[in-house]
Amino acid sequence: MADSRERPISIAMLALGGQGGGVLTGWMVGTAEANGYIAQSTYVAGVAQRTGATVYCVELFPKSSLGSSGQLPVFTPYPIPGDVDLVIAGEMAETARAIEKGFVTPNISTLIASSHRVYSMPEKEALGDGIVDLSPLTEIAAKASKNFICFDMQAAADATGSIISSVILGAIAASGALPFAREAFEETIRQTGKAVEANLRGFAAGFEGAAMPAAPVEAAVMETAEAAGPNGQALTKRIQQTLPPPAQNMALHGALRTLEYQDLRYANQYLDKIETMAGVDSAAGNYALTTEVARQLALQMCYEDTIRVADLKTRGARFDRIREHVAAAPDQPVHVIEYFHPRVEEIADTLPAALGEWLLKSHRARGFAARFFSKGRNITTTNLSGFLILHLLAKLRRLRRGTYRYGVQQQLIDDWLDRVTQAAQSDYDYALSIAHCIEIVKGYGETYERGLNRYRATLDSACRLPDERRGDAVRQLHRAALADEQGRVFADALASLDAAA
Amino acid sequence: MVGSMAERSFRKEVEKLRIGAGEEFAGEGILAITKALLQSGVAYVGGYQGSPISHLMDVLSDAQDILGELGVHFEASANEAAAAAMAAASVNYPLRGAITFKSTVGTNVASDALANLSSGGVMGGVVVIVGEDYGEGSSIMQERTHAFAMKSQMWLLDPRPNVPSIVAAVEHSFGLSEASNTPVFLQMRIRSCHVHGRFIAKDNQPPPLALREAMENPRRDVDRIVLAPASFQHEQEKVIDRWPAAVEYIKANGLNELFEGSNEHVGIIVQGGLYNSLLRTLERLGLADTFGNSDIPIYVMNVTYPLVDDEILSFCGSKRAVLLVEEGQPNYIEQSINSVLRNRDCDTRLVGKGTFPMAGEYTSQVLRAGVVGFLRHSLPRYQPPEDPMQTVTGFISELKGFVPPRPPGLCTGCPERPVFASLKMLQQEMGDFHVSADIGCHLFSILPPFNIGNTTMGYGLGTAGASAFNTDSDKPPISIMGDGGFWHNGLTSGIGNAVFNKNDGLTIVVDNNYAAATGGQDLLSTKGMTENRSTQHPIEKAARGVGVEWARTVRTYDIGEMRKALKEAISKKGTGPKVLVAQSECMLNKQRREKPLFAKAVGDGKRVIAERFGVDEDTCTGDHACIRLSGCPSLTVKPNPDPLKRQPVSYVDNSCVGCGNCGEVAHEAVLCPSFYKAEIVFNPGSLDRFLWKLRSGLIGWLQNRAERRRMRLA
Repeated sequence: MADSRERPISIAMLALGGQGGGVLTGWMVGTAEANGYIAQSTYVAGVAQRTGATVYCVELFPKSSLGSSGQLPVFTPYPIPGDVDLVIAGEMAETARAIEKGFVTPNISTLIASSHRVYSMPEKEALGDGIVDLSPLTEIAAKASKNFICFDMQAAADATGSIISSVILGAIAASGALPFAREAFEETIRQTGKAVEANLRGFAAGFEGAAMPAAPVEAAVMETAEAAGPNGQALTKRIQQTLPPPAQNMALHGALRTLEYQDLRYANQYLDKIETMAGVDSAAGNYALTTEVARQLALQMCYEDTIRVADLKTRGARFDRIREHVAAAPDQPVHVIEYFHPRVEEIADTLPAALGEWLLKSHRARGFAARFFSKGRNITTTNLSGFLILHLLAKLRRLRRGTYRYGVQQQLIDDWLDRVTQAAQSDYDYALSIAHCIEIVKGYGETYERGLNRYRATLDSACRLPDERRGDAVRQLHRAALADEQGRVFADALASLDAAA
Repeated sequence: MVGSMAERSFRKEVEKLRIGAGEEFAGEGILAITKALLQSGVAYVGGYQGSPISHLMDVLSDAQDILGELGVHFEASANEAAAAAMAAASVNYPLRGAITFKSTVGTNVASDALANLSSGGVMGGVVVIVGEDYGEGSSIMQERTHAFAMKSQMWLLDPRPNVPSIVAAVEHSFGLSEASNTPVFLQMRIRSCHVHGRFIAKDNQPPPLALREAMENPRRDVDRIVLAPASFQHEQEKVIDRWPAAVEYIKANGLNELFEGSNEHVGIIVQGGLYNSLLRTLERLGLADTFGNSDIPIYVMNVTYPLVDDEILSFCGSKRAVLLVEEGQPNYIEQSINSVLRNRDCDTRLVGKGTFPMAGEYTSQVLRAGVVGFLRHSLPRYQPPEDPMQTVTGFISELKGFVPPRPPGLCTGCPERPVFASLKMLQQEMGDFHVSADIGCHLFSILPPFNIGNTTMGYGLGTAGASAFNTDSDKPPISIMGDGGFWHNGLTSGIGNAVFNKNDGLTIVVDNNYAAATGGQDLLSTKGMTENRSTQHPIEKAARGVGVEWARTVRTYDIGEMRKALKEAISKKGTGPKVLVAQSECMLNKQRREKPLFAKAVGDGKRVIAERFGVDEDTCTGDHACIRLSGCPSLTVKPNPDPLKRQPVSYVDNSCVGCGNCGEVAHEAVLCPSFYKAEIVFNPGSLDRFLWKLRSGLIGWLQNRAERRRMRLA
């Protein structure tokens, strides 16, 4: 039997493109070699570059444990499951991948993970919410490892003006997983001679971050709506008197939104409709229907027309947000150029109802107008002329009730509310599914038309089904409507339901 | 723009190549190989870039000064066939040469020259360093270079993956090549190319015979030329002279290694490249220590072709059973060893495929299962320790659904993105086209969000891959080709072929200023000037030169122009092939160059403007149509800050380089009005400051009025 002398320290790192996995590897090797260790590192070049993930492997062995025979340790080119002392994941989904690959073992592995997310393409390109919920991962990772260090290392890097690699190196130093003192790592950073001060700041942030207990990912809780002025307070009072407590917060969010979107009358109209809905709702379902209608009705009433867009684009708070986003210094000029491409439809929406309808229905008028709206337009909102165009457009808010889209939108809303109310009398679940389904009607242009068509097709299809199947059918079509842009999944779902009808 | 645009610079590291005898060399595998070449007195080096040996080409390119001082000629060849043909210099002269490319794809291309070279044989040593792109991280079909070695009778070295072994393998390759007049493959596995390690250096050797001296004193030997009757003689020489000479050299120099073990009844034969993984597996199974001392004897084949029959027989002869660790298929080595054993009536049982899977990479888990399976029958008293994967399978099953796939995609600001956004919009309008894809970054178009591309037949073969679809249609085939593939062979095999055969298809040549996918190597059409090469030869001009009538060059980010050109090209019938050169520099390399310059300009107090895109979170619909036309890493999503809305909003993170694609797409695809561009002025002049103050004063006043109105309403 072979003897059992000291074994190498094995390190696996899962990094994404642009995270500087090579830099971090170099620092670890440098620190090891300067402190009496032999080191080997391997990686696959160019794979991480183009936003995929790659695995770096580093192995270290103390020179003091080399025998007199002059034999060198045999290092592995790839981390061996069950044999990795230190696992580093530069992102939260990669943490899951590290566990999946078998690198993380209880009693052996220190797991250092950044809790931030870099969303993958399938998560990003979804028509709705495609984000994978990783909240249970923290617990699994803690169980699966000997020592789990997890915090937002990207945020720490941003806050210190450094790169995530230096923050991770700090966390490695603090973890004690490698037999080198803090100063040894810092010396390596100095030796590298690039962005030394920033990297040392990042390193310190990582060292301190590692001392904190790994924070569990908390489920999002809806914030509490609060009125800012007398009108809002009146609405709050009305809601408290007329609506059941479970629906109150959502209703207040909605009321304040409609108030700010149009005026007090509009907000009261909103609450009239919610109160009607609460009348057919029941405590048995914890007023889920009223709450959902409160959410969706507010969004439908505050549809985005050119007036709304102009209003939101010209607000001072938005200017501040952009300046903050680009980290502008006080008084540093930041010009903001908007990308608009209104079509005839959007123009007609904002015209007086009769004129708008004529424009859309008359081929000649439409064709003529289309010539002026075939191209996108850039408006510089930070220039006076550009700002004034949008500022004046926003002022049309007072005339909104007379616009073409307003009428169309109220019809849509009334029809939807009728359906929900009617369904609620006999089938609560079906009502809930309709209430939720209108969320696919949103936005502008092609997105709006696509959503509207699929919403209508969904309700029509459900109507043709036996009562007990309607709720499930709406939910199924709702999911299918968000499955792909071309509508293949939706068409298939429709066809299979129609066949069953 | 002057100088090489290589993605990674080795300018500093190549200085290590100068160190002399007795000094310790520390660095990556590719640098160690270069040092070994110089120590071997190589006279010329050529090759074609491609993972995993792209960086070897970059090292050589950055080392031109040192190579020049020694009188070594280095050439970035037009393609692998050109590189292999370069080795003709070693046929008649005692000149040592090395060529390098990725395998098996590069070897496929080089085969014609390699077959001719190995038929006539060589006088000077020729080493073909192949980056074996197999297994984890590979970007090509999974095949073995071994087959090429066998069919052309070239020797194949697969050294243990540590830097001293790799260096020794380079040096011995030349010796073996010269001893047997046969070119030699030296196989570098993916991770060996970038393995960091150390070895004791020797002095660099200038080539004993200068290239010029050889050229000015030409030698001619008609027996070395592949033409009957010499070609028939070559086949005889291969088996009568060269093969035995090679076996003799391998034996005499101990290229294969035998590691004794205490157990007499079983043994393991392993390809050198897999030795470290095998050893660690044995160590985890309690059968070896960290230093390679194993209970089971191991015969390491650092030369995997040809086999040394005597060594194999003496290793196997006394044993009950021998395990063969041979990765990839077909199992050529297993077949050969079995034939050796049978021919000599040796009844040792050889176990290979069977305990190991026939196909696929030999990961540590595969190795463990294979070794344990072998020992169960051959060493029944051995009890393996518990598989560590047992302890983690529970956690892995808990993870179901938490590991989103992360397919690769185009980089932030990539100039190829608008090309595929334009194509996707064209397909939305006209229905899907048959798209013949090529090799390069642009092949990522086949993945989400673009989902464009039906086949890929090889480097530079995008257009040729569509040549069967030479039929009258309103939807002609669309082919993609990179600038690299264009110069590699696409100009003739694709464009020329389409002109000759009157194909109406459209070819989009993606021109990034240089070969971007492999790391920024120069090409004929490189926009910049380089010291050692002739560049700036436009692709459009070359296409017209072979007879293309409709050829156009469009800046990729100009999506409006791009869409117009696409529509025009597919609507023109009966005029032969259309070539649309989509031109913009690789953003990854551009940023590497410009970021430090920008920072310096800011530091120097110069007036400069940074551009970045953003999405207004309160007007974003959460539909992500913009993402489906982009796929840019910087265009991502974040939870919706609006408590009423559930869908995440699009969000441009801090890595945005302001390429302009988002704005163009928003205009052309008539997306939502949420995109804006921010122009951040650094070191503003006095006029800047005056106008800014004036404008923001007036705008601020209007904003405050509107805000007061909102407060009254609230």
